[in-house]
Amino acid sequence: MKFFLPAGFSVCCLLSACGRDPVPEPALSAADLRPTRGDTFVEASLGDPSRLNPLLASDSASGSVNGYLFNGLVKYDRDLKLVGDLAEFWTVSPTGLDIVFHLRKNVLWHDGVPLTADDVVFTYQRLIDPKVMTPYGSDFALVKSVTAVDPHTVRVVYKEPFAPALESWGIGIVPQHIFQNTDFNTNFANRAPIGTGPYKFQILKTDEKTVLVANPHYFEGRPNIDRVVIRVIPDSSVQFLELRSQSIDSMGLSPDQYMAYDSFFKHHQKFRYPSFSYTFFGFNLQRELFKDLRVRQALSLALDKREIIDGVLLGYGRSATGPFPPSSWAFDPTVPELLFDPVRAKALLAEAGWRDTDGDGVLDKDGKPFAFTVITNQGNKMREQTAVILQAHLARVGIKVEVRVLEWSSFIHDFVDKGNFDAIILGWNLGRDPDQYLIWHSSQKGEGRYNFIGYQNPLADKLWEDGRRTFDQRERQVIYRKLHRMLAEDLPYIFLYYPEALPTVHKRFQSVIVAPAGIGWNFREWYVPKSLQRYRLAS
Amino acid sequence: MGAYLLRRLSLTLVVLVGITLLTSVVMRLAPGGLTGGVTDLSARASAHEQRKKFIALYDLDKPWYVQYGRWLKRLSRLDFGRSFKDDRPVLEKIGERLPNTLLLNFLSLGLVFLVAIPVGVLAAVKQNTFWDRAVSVFVFVGFSVPTFWLALMLMILFGVNLGWLPLSGLHSLNADEMSFAAYGADMGKHLILPVLISTFTGLAGLSRFVRNGLLEVIRQDYIRTARAKGLPESRVIFHHALRNALLPVITILGLSLPDLIGGGFIFETIFAFPGMGRLGFDAIMARDFPVVMGVGTIAAFLTLAGNFLADLAYAAVDPRIRLSGKR
Repeated sequence: MKFFLPAGFSVCCLLSACGRDPVPEPALSAADLRPTRGDTFVEASLGDPSRLNPLLASDSASGSVNGYLFNGLVKYDRDLKLVGDLAEFWTVSPTGLDIVFHLRKNVLWHDGVPLTADDVVFTYQRLIDPKVMTPYGSDFALVKSVTAVDPHTVRVVYKEPFAPALESWGIGIVPQHIFQNTDFNTNFANRAPIGTGPYKFQILKTDEKTVLVANPHYFEGRPNIDRVVIRVIPDSSVQFLELRSQSIDSMGLSPDQYMAYDSFFKHHQKFRYPSFSYTFFGFNLQRELFKDLRVRQALSLALDKREIIDGVLLGYGRSATGPFPPSSWAFDPTVPELLFDPVRAKALLAEAGWRDTDGDGVLDKDGKPFAFTVITNQGNKMREQTAVILQAHLARVGIKVEVRVLEWSSFIHDFVDKGNFDAIILGWNLGRDPDQYLIWHSSQKGEGRYNFIGYQNPLADKLWEDGRRTFDQRERQVIYRKLHRMLAEDLPYIFLYYPEALPTVHKRFQSVIVAPAGIGWNFREWYVPKSLQRYRLAS
Repeated sequence: MGAYLLRRLSLTLVVLVGITLLTSVVMRLAPGGLTGGVTDLSARASAHEQRKKFIALYDLDKPWYVQYGRWLKRLSRLDFGRSFKDDRPVLEKIGERLPNTLLLNFLSLGLVFLVAIPVGVLAAVKQNTFWDRAVSVFVFVGFSVPTFWLALMLMILFGVNLGWLPLSGLHSLNADEMSFAAYGADMGKHLILPVLISTFTGLAGLSRFVRNGLLEVIRQDYIRTARAKGLPESRVIFHHALRNALLPVITILGLSLPDLIGGGFIFETIFAFPGMGRLGFDAIMARDFPVVMGVGTIAAFLTLAGNFLADLAYAAVDPRIRLSGKR
């Protein structure tokens, strides 16, 4: 099999003393500033990809591999604007119910078969097929029909207006000719995928590595980097050691790794930018304890978020005010934050009837102490630490909090899904579209759904519905900013923080540019000057 | 002997079925339920819907005894089913891990025996001297030190600072294009740290066992006789004493057989080693029942086979056991 060999200088570097003696970075000559082809990008992943099929994959390991292999009809560009991917352009009818995608005509599947509108129709049919184990069906529930008008035109008709519709077509399109008349869930191609993306699948070794090679026929042009290897290294501190010994080129750092000695990053460049996620402290609103808004306000005032962010994220994050991250257009910067004020917190609690009548340091009301349990999942150190800090903060105002850290499976099944908790610390990974109907709408209460705190507010319901129905971004912005303010005042969650993404990339890679979309949006253009290349292809 | 074998075998089979039944029941009783390895929630993907489809498709809504019955029926055709995680046959998943684990454990178990026996003898012969204490301290440090910590420290020393050894994994990135010899050498290099560490941390039990066994034997009359005959001390120890002291080691060897296929989860995680420990652990965490049952059955089978072999070997070398059956 064709694989890559470290180029001469790298062999001795890999095998001998490279960790001890830094190899001086040769100065770049003018010729090196022109993009060249070659070299390999070695990434680390904590988990093993399960299914290399964009419709079936729900784990981030599979997701990041699929990103190299598949294309959607649309994608987000560097500024998080939707642009065409497999679709060259599209038209939306004035009602918003009718979208026509015009596909590029020069797209080939990795096996050489041309992409047609039938593939898109097939992908849609699998998304709504009850037998197909996809988690992405809900985005397509409002679709009335998808038809191939001609081999390069797809018409999508919606039952009712659905603003995130366009974004939802960013899902990877799968090849009909591979999956037709086979069991979609168990097809061989789910482990040896055929896509349209800039990289072609080469090999997948379970719990070891996935190897991808540049697609010479990619419709936007062949990527510069010859090969991408995603290595499974299940421990983050070992990943970090592998990074230091230059065995991997890129990993996501934790805040303490990011803050480590500069000498650890001799060969790597660090990046930081806000991620599209937030961590929250949510209340089970079915519990009597949390029904009083003053109580929720008091809890929020009692928390010193600054201390949480400094302690847990080491400062690499931002205090949150609502459900949209600051880099989203839905974010309202004028929403005020409830600043740390334990005195006011105590006053509010007293107003709500909570006083320490028996002098045991814990507030009580009608003979019952103010005590509850906050749950979070095992395996996320930051959430566990947040819980502990929060426990200390609330103890200062006389609230007794117990922390329970639960193994993920029982956490989800027996506690979150069943609404069997007082309070919870968890995080949401967000799409670029601000729609969070699934999290907040009162129709989404119930076992196993995402509104597990039981939030119910007819005004908010209406706004989430409107947000989905409105296409004009400026109008939507007004809606979501109202929601942002409403949730900040209503406090069904205490929005804790927006963490930052802290990736690092080996310095030999050029053209790595941070944009609102993070890094990697222009991966096709990354290159390594010939003199710095570490790996080369055999033959 | 034939009847003994038959009785022993049928008993083993009953125990095997019992073990699978228990595994099955325990897994169903465990809190939680089917989840992927995914520990994050995404606002756009509804894992719930996926799970509902999954449960219906795989009969997970049926009572446990129905599922267990079906599983047993499939097993009679040696069909272990398919993993929930990636839909690959369980046997295939075990098949790609087992050789790695066997290799690592054979090497380290071999080394343990190679080192622990002389070390135990040394400690016994030089009882209550500096050597005895030094050896004790050495093996107990190995026993007590957290594996993951030691592994990380040695990785920093040999991998990062000195650059002599690779840090993790089993192959270099370019292993697939190496010649056979280079491939083997590459793998050997990757195995050095894991084998050394699991040997070091596994020395204590056996070396103590050998030491105490030998100390006991040395006090026997026949040793006194051997010494009285004027035999050189080395012959007394190695020929007369050690051979008898090593008898119980056969039992230990038999009991160690299941260890050969069991892998340590933490150990394998640190070394990014694709072995059985991670397979089983991840499967339990994700409630991937077919894999859990598969790993459990094979482990149980090998454990029982190990015990069986140990019994046989014991009977073969120790006349007292062989003959007691006849009476």
